[in-house]
Amino acid sequence: MSTTATYTVRDSATMLRRNLLHIRRYPSLSIMLVAQPILFLLLFVYVFGGTLGAGLPGQQGGGDRTDYLVYITPGILIMTVASVALGTAISTATDMTTGIIARFRTMDIARVSVLTGHVLGAVIKTGFAVVVVAAFAFLLGFRSDAGALGWLGAIGLLLLIAFALTWLTVGMGLAADSVETASNTPLFLMILPFISSAFVPTEAMPAGLRQFAENQPFTPMINTLRDLITGTPTDSDLWLAIGWCVLISLLGFLWSRRLFLRVPAK
Amino acid sequence: MTAPTPAIEVAGLTKAYGDTTVLDGVDLTVPEGTVYALLGPNGAGKTTIVNILSTLLTPGDGEIRVAGFDVRREPAGVRAAIGVTGQFSAIDELLTGRENLRLMADLAHLDRATTTDAVQAMLERFELLDAADRRAQTYSGGMKRRLDLAMTLIVRPRLIFLDEPTTGLDPRSRRELWAIVRELVADGVTVLLTTQYLDEADHLADKIGVLDGGRLVAEGTSAELKRRVPGGHVSVQFTDPARLAVAAATYLDATADHDALTLQVPSDGTVAGLRRVLDGLDDDGVAGLTVETADLDDVFLALTGHAAEAPVSEAEEIPA
Repeated sequence: MSTTATYTVRDSATMLRRNLLHIRRYPSLSIMLVAQPILFLLLFVYVFGGTLGAGLPGQQGGGDRTDYLVYITPGILIMTVASVALGTAISTATDMTTGIIARFRTMDIARVSVLTGHVLGAVIKTGFAVVVVAAFAFLLGFRSDAGALGWLGAIGLLLLIAFALTWLTVGMGLAADSVETASNTPLFLMILPFISSAFVPTEAMPAGLRQFAENQPFTPMINTLRDLITGTPTDSDLWLAIGWCVLISLLGFLWSRRLFLRVPAK
Repeated sequence: MTAPTPAIEVAGLTKAYGDTTVLDGVDLTVPEGTVYALLGPNGAGKTTIVNILSTLLTPGDGEIRVAGFDVRREPAGVRAAIGVTGQFSAIDELLTGRENLRLMADLAHLDRATTTDAVQAMLERFELLDAADRRAQTYSGGMKRRLDLAMTLIVRPRLIFLDEPTTGLDPRSRRELWAIVRELVADGVTVLLTTQYLDEADHLADKIGVLDGGRLVAEGTSAELKRRVPGGHVSVQFTDPARLAVAAATYLDATADHDALTLQVPSDGTVAGLRRVLDGLDDDGVAGLTVETADLDDVFLALTGHAAEAPVSEAEEIPA
């Protein structure tokens, strides 16, 4: 049994190396996925930021553009994670169309390593993307009083979210019957943050929408991340965020594994 | 000495998708160290058999053992023993040739030193050294197929499946691939190959199974199959039309080609039969003669009632 575990780890490392080479050889996809949240950041700060900043609660006479930048940075960081996850669905679906996957299936290897290679590669890619987008936010004037612990917590939470969304989108990539489908199904991951606490406080929304926004998974994740990177003590949203991540990871993993391990009937 | 376990044992293999029967009770045995060719047109079930034997597909019914392992109950054992090169290239196009080979060696858990040596040896053997550090997507069709095969062979499987290995290759690449298959067999490797090219089966296989509509309609060596059908003849070339006309009048069952000045006299290929033909010929009227036995095209036609399907057209060839 322990040799099986050793081989699973070793094969996963081999597959991770393969996926990292793919990322290096095909950088345009990664660049596009990072450009998207940066564009949103610019758009929201400079086009809407003046007006929306003035509507932020808790500041005397509302806030300004910089206050709004601070408000939306956590949402933008989580959208970065979602954006890379979208790319993972595409790259997984593309990979499944290549002949080498059939070769892997005829080899005596830990099969799940094909998937863990994708997931680990995508999480590393997400890490880079988040660092780039965060650096961009600092460039635009993001400042915070958060301590080292807060930042460590933020990194941990972002990795957890990346892990969850990646397993989910790997499943979507496997379930898609074509690469085009795989690029469409995860689009809701880019829409959902708009109906959350990412860009405006949920209190400002009408009743039905507000209930949805407050109870969907992105809101506790964004709220917790906001607390962590602004040096505010976290509340019960932390546990909700972690709970959602664990649940999504687990379901995504089981779904993906089932899709990949089944012996095709045809 | 007891008989060794055959590399492949298949009894009563069936496979159906819904109401469509793809394999209808196939039996075949491939002894170790031999080449078995499954010959048949597109849609005969060749690839389905390879996919089932290589654990990519679940069989319907039947007893199937590969390298001594049951494909249903012991797929890991089967996978550890086999190598597969399919008709669609199973290489990672974003990786270089060297990286592709390394990937296979790593997945076979070879140690570092062995891996480096094996990768180098494969690059040399398959003439890929110059292109070793280029991405595989820049390779020509023949190079991709060579890399594909090298990836299969680097882990030294004892049993290899080649599914239409030369489809879409130019004649030179086909010859090279045939030479590689012969080397493998010399090393004691067992090969099961599928092909729709009759001459390929003729050149490579110890035994040929003719597959048509999911059934093995005939099995035997190339010579055995050819003997089962008529079609052998002696082709005599004459020096002038007059002599051809005289000879044509003597052999009533012969066919004369007046433009080419040849006469085709049916013959069973035996010495006695040949002598009968020669006895009736005039020494100085004959420019040359050849003895031709039935080729596998004739065999295919006789056994299946229809001609072997034309090979893949240019447009469908794997792009270089």
